[in-house]
Amino acid sequence: MNWIAVKSIYAFEMARFFRTITQSLISPVLSTSLYFVVFGAAIGSRIQEVEGISYGAFIVPGLIMLSVITQSISNASFGIYFPKFIGTVFELLSAPVNFIEIVCGYVGAAATKALFIGVIILITAFFFVDITIQHPIWMVTFLVLTCISFSLMGFIIGIWAGNFEQLQLVPLLIVTPLVFLGGSFYSISMLPPVWQVISHFNPVVYLISGFRWAFFGSADVPIVTSLFAIAGFTALCLAVIGWIFRTGWRIRQ
Amino acid sequence: MPDIVKITDLRKAYADGFEALKGVSLNIREGEILALLGPNGAGKTTLISTVCGITTGTGGSVTVGGFDTVTEYRGARSMIGLVPQEINLEPFEKVISTVRFSRGLFGKPKDDAAIEKILRQLSLWDKKDSQIRALSGGMKRRVLIAKALAHEPRVLFLDEPTAGVDVELRRDMWNIVADLKASGVTIILTTHYIEEAEAIADRIGVIAHGELLLVEDKDKLMSRMGKKQLVVQLTQPIDAIPASLASDALTLSGDGHALIYSYDTRAERTGITKLLSDVAAAGLVLSDLETSQSSLEDIFVDLVKEDAA
Ligand SMILES: Nc1ncnc2c1ncn2[C@@H]1O[C@H](COP(=O)(O)OP(=O)(O)OP(=O)(O)O)[C@@H](O)[C@H]1O
Ligand SMILES: [Mg+2]
Repeated sequence: MNWIAVKSIYAFEMARFFRTITQSLISPVLSTSLYFVVFGAAIGSRIQEVEGISYGAFIVPGLIMLSVITQSISNASFGIYFPKFIGTVFELLSAPVNFIEIVCGYVGAAATKALFIGVIILITAFFFVDITIQHPIWMVTFLVLTCISFSLMGFIIGIWAGNFEQLQLVPLLIVTPLVFLGGSFYSISMLPPVWQVISHFNPVVYLISGFRWAFFGSADVPIVTSLFAIAGFTALCLAVIGWIFRTGWRIRQ
Repeated sequence: MPDIVKITDLRKAYADGFEALKGVSLNIREGEILALLGPNGAGKTTLISTVCGITTGTGGSVTVGGFDTVTEYRGARSMIGLVPQEINLEPFEKVISTVRFSRGLFGKPKDDAAIEKILRQLSLWDKKDSQIRALSGGMKRRVLIAKALAHEPRVLFLDEPTAGVDVELRRDMWNIVADLKASGVTIILTTHYIEEAEAIADRIGVIAHGELLLVEDKDKLMSRMGKKQLVVQLTQPIDAIPASLASDALTLSGDGHALIYSYDTRAERTGITKLLSDVAAAGLVLSDLETSQSSLEDIFVDLVKEDAA
């Protein structure tokens, strides 16, 4: 392993993030606060407790997941698309690095940024609602795994995208609906039976459910299933990335 | 000098089926400056890209410093620096951070002294904290060179380093190349300026239509093909060359007004003195003398034309 190269890519990407740290942080903090005002205070005051938890607290894990997933994807997809777009990718291709090192650098940086924002949102949440985290280690595990797996997915999107529209397409058309329908703002058990069944095909449901379990100790699906789901998703992304690098798809002519 | 780069029967067909390299074989000697000439679309960039790992060849093999560029790419690529034809740089990065990044990417530990030396050598030190977008085109090209040199490569590929660069900067660039050569770096550069190849290269290669038409020492090439001509203008036209002057090297111009004598500047005797005294002896009166030497440009144009025919 060329660890110096991994570190260089990682540090370079993180420097980009810290250059615009204010923008990077203000927007998630602001939107989370808005969610709390709208969902937590305005709507939440009319909603009964969900599974024994106040609605304001109930949506915290979903809100964090929502931001972490979108941030992971956009950071990672942009991170690798940008060098392709402006042509600096030649340097990656001509450097003595292999695919694993490139992925570690870019995905590592994208996941770190997303994690950072997830933590900021959690801190913001403490200002609005009372939460105690029942399984902190699992909470961190789920959070980190989510950052990594969706950054891997973002990396794939960034490699695939041929223009900026395509870069936005997958997050907009697939990821956002899946996340919103994944139980960020409700419990799956609140849905009519048909929709409960359909929801089980949404991978994000397993993530949010597992994450919420780490907070409150109750879940829509068994925790083991959640772990398998996220592990499976990570493995799938890794396999796709492995294939991309073996074939040079969309990067090396 | 041993060969540091060995290209053997290298082929490259792009995804659309177009064959940009049709079996190129070329050995590059350690420490030399090799200039690659060729018309637009000849395959110069493709050749460089394939050696550097930006594209994958579809046939043949390349070794750099004994490392195969495909199976031992780490060893091979560590030795190579590449300055691409296009100016590809991140506009918002600082000069020094982008150069440091290049060094790290090639696995070399941080070394600020080495970076400073490179930036000073390229007259970029006072711009080290500027954003790339605030630099002129010539400076940007030098930043690309600095990035390529950041990991102290043994072989440097310069793809049209002086395209769109003014005369003064071009001279600067030549000096930089000469300095690099003096420090032991092997340099392969492509150019459309033949006088550039003439000025700095040790050897010259000519590529057209994906084939290497020739590689030769510049001086040999010039002397082999660069015959010199002496044109002797006569006050009175003549019908034929007088028998006393007859020789293979001498021809008469179409209008009979001039004698054209071809000779080799490097030969021990050019025969000019004898010719001139013979001309006087034959009773011919000279009005003017003129010499001309075919330049690399003529040679190049002839070669490429021949190839197209
Ligand atoms: N990605 C690609 N896909 C298909 N064909 C390509 C691709 N890149 C280059 N070519 C073709 O390969 C040929 C050689 O191109 P190349 O860029 O190597 O030429 P060059 O000698 O560097 O020309 P120039 O002097 O204009 O830079 C050209 O005909 C070009 O159209
Ligand atoms: Mg070119």
